[in-house]
Amino acid sequence: MAQPVTERQYQGIVHQRSRELMADWMGELARAEADGVTTGATMISGNCVELLRACHVLPMFPEVVALQNAIRHRSLPLILKAEQAGYSSDNCAYVKADVGLALDGGMGPGTPIPFPSIVVCNYVGCNVYVKWFEHLADISGSRLFMLDVPFARTDRLEDADVRYVVAQLEELIALCESLTGRRFDIDALRERLALSVRAQDGYARCKHLTKRRPAPFDAYFDSINMMGPINVLRGTVEAAEFFDAAVEEFERLAAEGRGPLSEERFRTVVEGPPPYPYYRSFRNLFTRWGAVAVQSTYSTVGGIWEFGFRHDPRRPLESIAEQMLYENLTNRSIVARYAQIKRYVEEWEADALVIHSIKSCRLFSAGQGDMREYFTRELGVPTLLVESDLEDPRYYAEAQIRNRVDAFFEALEHRRLVAAH
Amino acid sequence: MTPDEIFARCRSLIAEPPGSVASRWRAAHPGGRAVAVYPVWAPAEIIHAGGMLPLSLLGGGTSVELTHADARFQSFVCSIAKSTLELGFQGHVEGIDGFVFSNICDVARNLSAVYRRNFGDVVVEYLHLPQNSTSPAVVPYLASELRRVARAFEAAWGLKVTEPALAASIAAYNALRARLRALYALRAEAPHRITTPDFYAVLRAATLVPAEDAIEMLDPLLAALPAREGRPRDRLRVVVEGAFCEQPPLGLLEVLEDAGCYVVEDDFLLGWRWFRDDVPDHGNPFLALAAAYVNRALASSTRHESREHRADGLLEKVRRARADAVIFMPAKFCEPALFDYVLMKQGLDRAGVPYMTVEFEEKMWTFERTRNEIETFVESLMFE
Repeated sequence: MAQPVTERQYQGIVHQRSRELMADWMGELARAEADGVTTGATMISGNCVELLRACHVLPMFPEVVALQNAIRHRSLPLILKAEQAGYSSDNCAYVKADVGLALDGGMGPGTPIPFPSIVVCNYVGCNVYVKWFEHLADISGSRLFMLDVPFARTDRLEDADVRYVVAQLEELIALCESLTGRRFDIDALRERLALSVRAQDGYARCKHLTKRRPAPFDAYFDSINMMGPINVLRGTVEAAEFFDAAVEEFERLAAEGRGPLSEERFRTVVEGPPPYPYYRSFRNLFTRWGAVAVQSTYSTVGGIWEFGFRHDPRRPLESIAEQMLYENLTNRSIVARYAQIKRYVEEWEADALVIHSIKSCRLFSAGQGDMREYFTRELGVPTLLVESDLEDPRYYAEAQIRNRVDAFFEALEHRRLVAAH
Repeated sequence: MTPDEIFARCRSLIAEPPGSVASRWRAAHPGGRAVAVYPVWAPAEIIHAGGMLPLSLLGGGTSVELTHADARFQSFVCSIAKSTLELGFQGHVEGIDGFVFSNICDVARNLSAVYRRNFGDVVVEYLHLPQNSTSPAVVPYLASELRRVARAFEAAWGLKVTEPALAASIAAYNALRARLRALYALRAEAPHRITTPDFYAVLRAATLVPAEDAIEMLDPLLAALPAREGRPRDRLRVVVEGAFCEQPPLGLLEVLEDAGCYVVEDDFLLGWRWFRDDVPDHGNPFLALAAAYVNRALASSTRHESREHRADGLLEKVRRARADAVIFMPAKFCEPALFDYVLMKQGLDRAGVPYMTVEFEEKMWTFERTRNEIETFVESLMFE
C-alpha cells in the first residue's frame, strides 16, 4: 500500500448540531408523559412526520431507539431477552432489541422513554414493520393505527393508491384529534411542509456536493448525522436551520478541496444499512484504503430527495401520500434500487459498489446476490458483497470481513495500476 | 374412483413440475394461458374468469438442486424463495405464462422483482394486498387493485375478465371451497379415515387444476370417506400452524402421525380456502371479492387483522377442531410465522393449551430427531 490514509478528525457543526438536536428530541420524548404531550411511534421509511407534528403528536421512532442501543453496544442483552421470550434467532434483531427494552416497561436508549400514546404503523415496504408494531401495541397497550401504503409495483404512481393513502391520512387526523383533543389545522400542516421542503433542499444539496472530488463528507458513514434530522425532525424550524448550516459547511469544505480522509483513492456507492454495533471498526476497514462513499442507498430509506421530489404545501395530503408511495427507497422494488444505484455510480463517478448485506432486514438484503450479478456481469462495476447485521453483534465476523475488503481493494488498486501502464 | 385411486392420482400430480402441469392444460386449451400464484392468497377467480389456468407455485421441494438461486439469495433466506427461483432457471416453469406474487413478506416481494428481471419473457404481477382491515377506503382500493391485475392480463394476452365471467368464477371457487371445508370437517370428525399425507396431497392437487376439475375429484372422495374403513387410534388431536407458505415434506407429515398425532386442523394451502364462507354472488364481483378478502378471510400471519388478536384465531381453531394441542410448524427463516409464534404461544399459555415447535425446511429428508421430539411431546400429554 502507498502512504497510509488517515481520517480527518472531523467534528464540525453538522456532527455537533445533529447530536444536540437528537438529544433534545429524546429529552422531549422522555418528558412527554409528565408534560401531557401525546406521542406517536412511527417508522422511518416514507413517514408522515410532518402530519403527526401538525396534529400535535410528538413522533418517536423505535428504529432510532434500536440503532442507538446498537451503536452504544447495548443491543445484545436486549436481543437475548427477546429470544428468551420466544423470538427466533432468525427474526429481525431491530425488533428484538426494541422488544427486549419494552419487556422492561419502556423505551429509549439510555434515557427511559414512556410507551407511546399511539402506534402509527406506516407500512411502507417493510413487512416486518407490521409485526413490529403489532407486537409493540401488544406489549405497550397503545392504540395501533395501520397505515397501509401500497407497494410501488408499477412504473408510475397509481391514482387509486394516492386516494387510498389520503383517505387513511384523513382517518389518522381524526384519530389524533380525538386523542389530543385539539383540532387539526391544514394551514399548520402547510407550514410544516414548507419547513420540510427547506430541509429537503438542504439534504439534497449536501448529497449532490459529494459529486466533487474529493467528496466533502462520506455519504454512508457521515450521512447518519443528517439522517436523524431529515427523517425525524422534518417539518421543524430546527431541521430547516440545521440543513442551511450543513450546506454552508459542506460547500466550504468542497471549495477548500477537503474530504473526510487525507486522500480519496476510491469512490464507492454503498448499499445496505451499516453494522451499528461495529460502526467505527467497519468504517476503518474502508478508511485505510482511502475509500469514500459518495452515495448510499441507506441514506434514502426515509425519502429520496436528491432527484427532485419535494412535498407540496399546496397539496399537503396528496404530496405526503406520493412521498410515502413512491419517493423513498423502501417502497420500491429491489430492481428499482438497481436503477438508483446505477445512477449513483454514473453521476457520482464511483469506482465500485459495496453491498453490506444484513441478516435482519430481508427487505434490503434478500436478492442482493442478484444485484451483484447485475452490476458485475452486466454493467462491469466492481462489486463487493459482505454480510453481517445492523443490530446483532453476533453476526459481525471482523477478520472475515476485513479479508474480503482488503482483497477487493487490492484487486481494484491492481486494476488501476495495470490500466495506467 | 376409490379414495386410494384418488390419493394416488393426487400424489402423482403434485410430484410433477408446475410447468409440466401447465403445459398439459395448455395443450388441451389452445389459446389459454397458465398463471402460477406464489403463496399465500391470489385471486384465482380473476385468472379463471379470463379463461386462464390458475395454479399454485410452491417451490421445488426436494425436486431441485440449487445451482443458480443460492448465488442470488443468501443463506438466511427461506428455501421456498430460492427453489422457486431455481425452478425458473432450470426450466421447470416453462409452459407457465404469468406469475403473481404478493406482499406476504419481504423475501416474496424481492423475489417477484428478481423473477421479472431474470425471466423477461413472462408476465410477473405483484399484487398489493391491504394490511389495513378497517378503513372504509380499503375495499374500494382492493377492488381497483384486482381490476388492475385483470387489465394487466388483458394487456399481455388479450384475455378480458368481464364482470359476468368473474361472477361465474367466484361461484366455481365458492363451490370448490365448500368442498374443501367439508373435507376439513370430515377429517376433524374422523381423522382415522384419511392420513395427513393423503389429505395434504388432495389439497395440493386441487391447487393445480381448474376449480371444476378439483370438484370432480373431491366429490367422489367426500362421498366415499364417511364409509371408509379405519380403526381409530389413541392419538393426540393437534392443530398444525405456521406452514402456510413453504411446503412441509410429505415425510414430515407422515412422522407427525407415526409419532402419535391426528392433525385435525392446519393452515396448509391456506390461500386456496381463504374465505370463512362464500364470497357473495351478487353485486359487482370485483367489489365482492375485495370485500370478502377484507371481511371474510381466515386468520393468517400474512394479513394484519386489527379486529382480532392473532392468538384468538388460533384458539378458535383449537376449539372448533376439538384439538388437544398445537404444533407450530414454521419454515426456517419464515419471519411472518416466527413473529406470530410469539403472540400465539402467549395466547395458548393464557388458555392452557399445550404446544410444541417443529421448524422445517422443504428439503428436509431425515426426520428421526423430529419423531423423537413429537413422541416425547405426545407421551407427556397422553400419559400425564
